Amino acid sequence: MTKPLPVTVIGGYLGCGKTTLVNHLLRNSEGMRLAVLVNDFGALPIDADLIESQQGDVISLAGGCICCSYGNDLGDALVSLQVGETPIDQVIVESSGVALPGAIGSSLSLLRDFTLHCIAVLVDVETIRQHEADRYLSDTINRQLADADLILLNKVDLVDEEHCLAAQQWIATKNAAARQLETVQAQVTPAIILDSDGSHCSGFSASGYAVEKESQDQLVTGPSVHGPAVFDAIEFTMAQRFHVEKLATVLADANSGLVRAKGFVPGENGQLETLQIVGSRWAVSQAPRDATAGLVCIGRIGEISAETIRDCISSSVLER
Amino acid sequence: MTVIYRCKKIITMNPARPAVTHVAVKDGFILAAGSLKELSGFGEYTLNEQFADKVLMPGFVEGHCHAVEGKWWRYVYCGYFDRMDPHGKVWSGLKNIDQVIERLCEAEKSLADDSQPLTAWAIDPIYYEDKVISRHHLDRVSITRPVAVMHASGHILNVNTKALELADFMRQGIEHDGVPLGEDGLPTGELKGPDAMMPVGRFAGFDQNLFDFDENGLIDFARLCVRTGVTTATDLAARLDDDVVDIGLRVTANEQFPARIVPLRMHHGIGPKELVERVIKLAGQSTDRLRLGSIKVVADGSIQGFSARLNPPGYYNGADNGLWYIAPPQMLEIYELALANDILVHTHTNGDEATDLALDMLEQALKKYPRSDHRFTIQHGQMVNAAQYKRIARLGMCINHFANHHFYWGDEHYNMTVGPERAERMNACRTALDNNIPLAIHSDAPVTPLGPLFTAWCAVNRLTVSGRTQGEYEKITVDEALRAITLGAAYTLHMDGEIGSVEAGKRADFAVLEDDPYSVEPLAIKDISVWGTIQDGRIFAAAEI
Repeated sequence: MTKPLPVTVIGGYLGCGKTTLVNHLLRNSEGMRLAVLVNDFGALPIDADLIESQQGDVISLAGGCICCSYGNDLGDALVSLQVGETPIDQVIVESSGVALPGAIGSSLSLLRDFTLHCIAVLVDVETIRQHEADRYLSDTINRQLADADLILLNKVDLVDEEHCLAAQQWIATKNAAARQLETVQAQVTPAIILDSDGSHCSGFSASGYAVEKESQDQLVTGPSVHGPAVFDAIEFTMAQRFHVEKLATVLADANSGLVRAKGFVPGENGQLETLQIVGSRWAVSQAPRDATAGLVCIGRIGEISAETIRDCISSSVLER
Repeated sequence: MTVIYRCKKIITMNPARPAVTHVAVKDGFILAAGSLKELSGFGEYTLNEQFADKVLMPGFVEGHCHAVEGKWWRYVYCGYFDRMDPHGKVWSGLKNIDQVIERLCEAEKSLADDSQPLTAWAIDPIYYEDKVISRHHLDRVSITRPVAVMHASGHILNVNTKALELADFMRQGIEHDGVPLGEDGLPTGELKGPDAMMPVGRFAGFDQNLFDFDENGLIDFARLCVRTGVTTATDLAARLDDDVVDIGLRVTANEQFPARIVPLRMHHGIGPKELVERVIKLAGQSTDRLRLGSIKVVADGSIQGFSARLNPPGYYNGADNGLWYIAPPQMLEIYELALANDILVHTHTNGDEATDLALDMLEQALKKYPRSDHRFTIQHGQMVNAAQYKRIARLGMCINHFANHHFYWGDEHYNMTVGPERAERMNACRTALDNNIPLAIHSDAPVTPLGPLFTAWCAVNRLTVSGRTQGEYEKITVDEALRAITLGAAYTLHMDGEIGSVEAGKRADFAVLEDDPYSVEPLAIKDISVWGTIQDGRIFAAAEI
């Protein structure tokens, strides 16, 4: 059996930047072959320069990526991907503006060959409160926010710091566990919401972040700046054996200061297990054979602290 | 050549001469309806007396059904009620689970190899003692081949263990609202909602294009039309890809094809601008028997599936509000573009909040594109309230109510989904007519059986399965109900100028009945036999179709 394909579900109401995010990810896929599933080809969902050809419901894109529309049968579109000829590393589902991304995530659990990587919900920081106050949309928007592992607070350049802060506090009352990241033009680091491939976790650092080794431990700290979120990454060697699920739980907790982590961690019997954390979501699975131990943790500068993470890690070490 | 039909009675739906004995037909059109003496003024004619003991009505117009019913009859019928298939065989209703299993076992015997799935439809366990069917029940039919039975509502699928195994559902750790688990932690075989149904259904013989007609399916659907007196039928949620349109054009062009089909392109899977462009292109391919060029928008889900959007106080049993199937700005954009291009839009709304949205969006669109005769139609509109009817009237809209729902799910609505008060005013045909709203009523076949006389019976009597009258006040008269299944439905399709009544200049479309709906007891309308139809002047006997 092959490894299930990771699926990132992108949710959020109309105009929040879902299509912009998809195009950003396609441009910065670092060689990953992405399959983007969109609800419809309404306003063309992909920037023209990325398109190589279109045949019916499938658009072929540069770098081996594809984009398909799924209308009202996502399951069918996903199954068609498997029988397609193009090998795929990761699936991105762009949900419709009124869909509940959690329901899409939960339906993925029914398909053996796919696994939910994370639910990222985009928010137009300028208009979210207005939309939430709309009688037709209120509960849908609240449900979308509640479903999120990561909330991308988009278009922060269009509002002042006070507005942004108020929006963040308000969103936290809707979903305290999800991590909030400010973005402009939905420019989020792909490694945060995608499952970059590579059996060693250094593949994960190919996103352009300098990985700070644990020993170096020099992190920029300071007050949070208004503008796109800035990240730092720290790598841990993970030499002991761990209670991996416990480690996952503490790291996925908002208090860990983490936004994203991936690595291979020795479990109870010494076998390596893959640990994935995206915002408030975590998953533990069997590691590939050629994996080597290590854990890369990404957090916002000012929020991530090697010391805090080390504490989390120590608390999950198995007693001999 | 003019043919004059002499009949026992011809019900015209023309208030100026409501009943006559003769109708003159030439080249598929009605020359006139009246006495033989009046009609003979048109010159030479042949007198046809084969319907001398029959009652003719204008051919029935089913304003909300799906042509896939023809295709669904390839699956084994497992409904609770007797139902006639396209070939006229009446399948007896199955009154308990043992009878269901017996019928499935019988069908199983005729399947060739062990891997061929056994696929069935129309089951409704709410009428059975156990209420719930599990994979263990269906394992009694087969453990070697997948077995799947779709519920009458279309919202739940029951499957056996083999089907679950093929879809890799027989494992621990499945967590999904639509997949109930047994004490053993494994799925019970009941799958609720499309997300849960489709991954297993595809291994059990359910075509992924569940809502596209195919060649034989369309022919079988037309057979059902003849058997129920229908001469014009919508196909209300069609994707209408080119290959499906080609099939439709080819099949309906056959001189023996007995019905006029009106497919509406649904909004799914295509953006508003592309939708309107597509529909304009389709309109250009339209023929007399395949009328293309209109749009169906789906605003919300279903009430019994708890996916309809309800205003406060919401569901009677406290279920969460339902789902939007379209965002408000998209609905507005479709309405605006459609008004600008004179395209007809029918909008599915079940919950009252969904109806509010449709009314708000149309009101806004009409300010930008004022149109005096758009005939935008609310489809289902099951929970429309008094204030909404007034707005519907003011906006110049029509309504097509789901009258059959009273009978099949009225008790569920009363006890569980919306509670007694709102259940009594569901599909409030009386209030609609009192507001002068053009009214049609429908079956939503295959959800409930095609059969306008039964639909009329539902709106007239408002009886539920349990025999209760639900909503005495909202009953309509026999005359009003017969109007709704003819001229009323034709009006919602902009076709009342050509069909829906027996009058000079109209299409020679008739339902040929064995009895007069005005002379039988209102409770007996549904039992009137249909001899067949005359469509476009062509005679189709149900017995020979």
